[in-house]
Amino acid sequence: MTASTRIYALHGAVIAALLALNFLLPAYHHGLMARILVLATFAMGYNLTFGYGGLLSLGHAMFFAAGLYGAGLAIHHLGFGVPEAFLAALACGALLALVVGVLALRTTGVAFMIVTLMFSQAVQLAILYFSAFTGGDQGLMLRPQQRRMETALGTLNLTDPATRYLVALALFTVVLFIMLAVARSGFGRVLVAIRENEERTRMLGYDTFSSRLTALVVSGTVCAAAGAAYGLLFGYVGANFASVQYSILPLLWVLLGGAATTLGPLIGTLFMYYVVDIASGYTSAYMLVVGIVLILLVLFFRKGLLGTARERWLRWLP
Amino acid sequence: MAFGPHLLLAVLEGLVTSAVLALTALGLSLVFGVMRVVNVAHGEFFMLGAVLAWAVATAVGASPASGFAAALVIAPLIVGAVALLAERLVLRRLNHDPEATIVATIGLLYILQQLALTFYGADARPVPPPFNLRISLPWFGYSAYKLSIIATSAALLLLSWLVLTRTRAGLIMRATQYDSETAQAFGIPVGRVYAAVFAIGAMLAAIAAVLIVPISQAHYLMGQDPLLLSFAVVIIGGLGSLRGTVVAALLIGLCDGVISMFFSPTLARLIATLAVAMVLVFRPQGLFGKAAR
Repeated sequence: MTASTRIYALHGAVIAALLALNFLLPAYHHGLMARILVLATFAMGYNLTFGYGGLLSLGHAMFFAAGLYGAGLAIHHLGFGVPEAFLAALACGALLALVVGVLALRTTGVAFMIVTLMFSQAVQLAILYFSAFTGGDQGLMLRPQQRRMETALGTLNLTDPATRYLVALALFTVVLFIMLAVARSGFGRVLVAIRENEERTRMLGYDTFSSRLTALVVSGTVCAAAGAAYGLLFGYVGANFASVQYSILPLLWVLLGGAATTLGPLIGTLFMYYVVDIASGYTSAYMLVVGIVLILLVLFFRKGLLGTARERWLRWLP
Repeated sequence: MAFGPHLLLAVLEGLVTSAVLALTALGLSLVFGVMRVVNVAHGEFFMLGAVLAWAVATAVGASPASGFAAALVIAPLIVGAVALLAERLVLRRLNHDPEATIVATIGLLYILQQLALTFYGADARPVPPPFNLRISLPWFGYSAYKLSIIATSAALLLLSWLVLTRTRAGLIMRATQYDSETAQAFGIPVGRVYAAVFAIGAMLAAIAAVLIVPISQAHYLMGQDPLLLSFAVVIIGGLGSLRGTVVAALLIGLCDGVISMFFSPTLARLIATLAVAMVLVFRPQGLFGKAAR
């Protein structure tokens, strides 16, 4: 078996297992898993810039929110259908990432973190300030009839749990294979080279700024897709999704699963969601769990679950 | 009220904000300047100071004045001890790597916030001010306590300046900030200086919080705004520059006061955040700082 078939077989098996879970999981875990798939998509978008590109952003919540509000506001105020709203959300995410990237990528390291944090804060404050359009603190609820779409095969009803799971899985699958293709492409390797040594990559003749900008725009678009899916599938568009917390969570998930691995974001999101879910059975102090996991990860386990697995046993893991 | 008195009120409120902000930001700036790390949990040290001030003042319970005085001494000491512990247990093991430190202090932020929520609760609680005196101006009465905050903060800033420029401890700190390797070679215990600076930074935030708590209540989520505004001050003022910190705190505090009074607090924050981002993008050394060596 060549390395390439082995990689595609592994990713195909993961998708098949997730598809099988649709029919096997009890109702509670089925709903939780649909949420995890959407959030893992968000984490994959984050992983592109953080894991492969080496850009630690503290502001990716703004791209998630751009998708969430891009879709939500288009439906609520402009009467868009589901597919048009989704496309509008992608455009919002890409545009925001382009503007933020052109400015923020002039800085690196700690300054980049703070600039992205500040832009993300500004987005959240803008959502709160223009409360006449966005519903401010309360957010917007999307009515069930706004979350249907007519297709050639019949009505696709996004409020139905099984449909919701399958749509989330479809989005996850598409993004997973895009990420796999990017990671194995020349562009992905240039990103890693920039992460490892920017000066040397520039000396070899690569335009490091435009590579990073491209990565950020793709990442922002993917995060916006996740945000739009979240709004359309679960029917709620709220300002707390633009808060700092939602910039930190994808960082946590990616660190836990393993930065710069294709399946790491899924593993990290799944693991963390269930840790919090189980912990909240015993205590309401779930933030304590998040905090302690972050500190332990950064102290003892920098490469995350899949990163460690790749280092020790599975050298071929993408 | 006419426009003039209204503006005077806005300026006074802005000065109170500036006074508290300058102290908080000085703590962040010291840590940022000497250790070259960003402490994201700085706002939580502020929150912890306020919450502990309430706990101490309630426990003492005698007169508001003695309760407040006890809080002003005890709360910063406890916060300093917590910060010292965090530095020894976590930050030192990371070798003060900037990115790892940010992630670790985010973890610390969540832990402190959750502990405050669990043990203190979700309510906002006030601490009675040490004295209730209103100074009557021709247009409105103004709390003398608020004016005393401005005076206390100015005195503490002056004291910090004297310590930094006129004492041996200040010299050691500045040497470590200028070049930690050379300082180490000259026998300065850089590790211990880092620990002390981290604790002092946290204590400054706690003192600022104790001062503000009689007028704005203690709440477990109150750390966010001071953190954001302190970042703004440190960035605009320039890294490790005491004068820059004070000037930037005045600038931001007054703008915040005036814009909040005439427009909306959300708009004030929105403008401040965008301004900070732009300064960092186009003038990374800050408005008053020198370019990095």
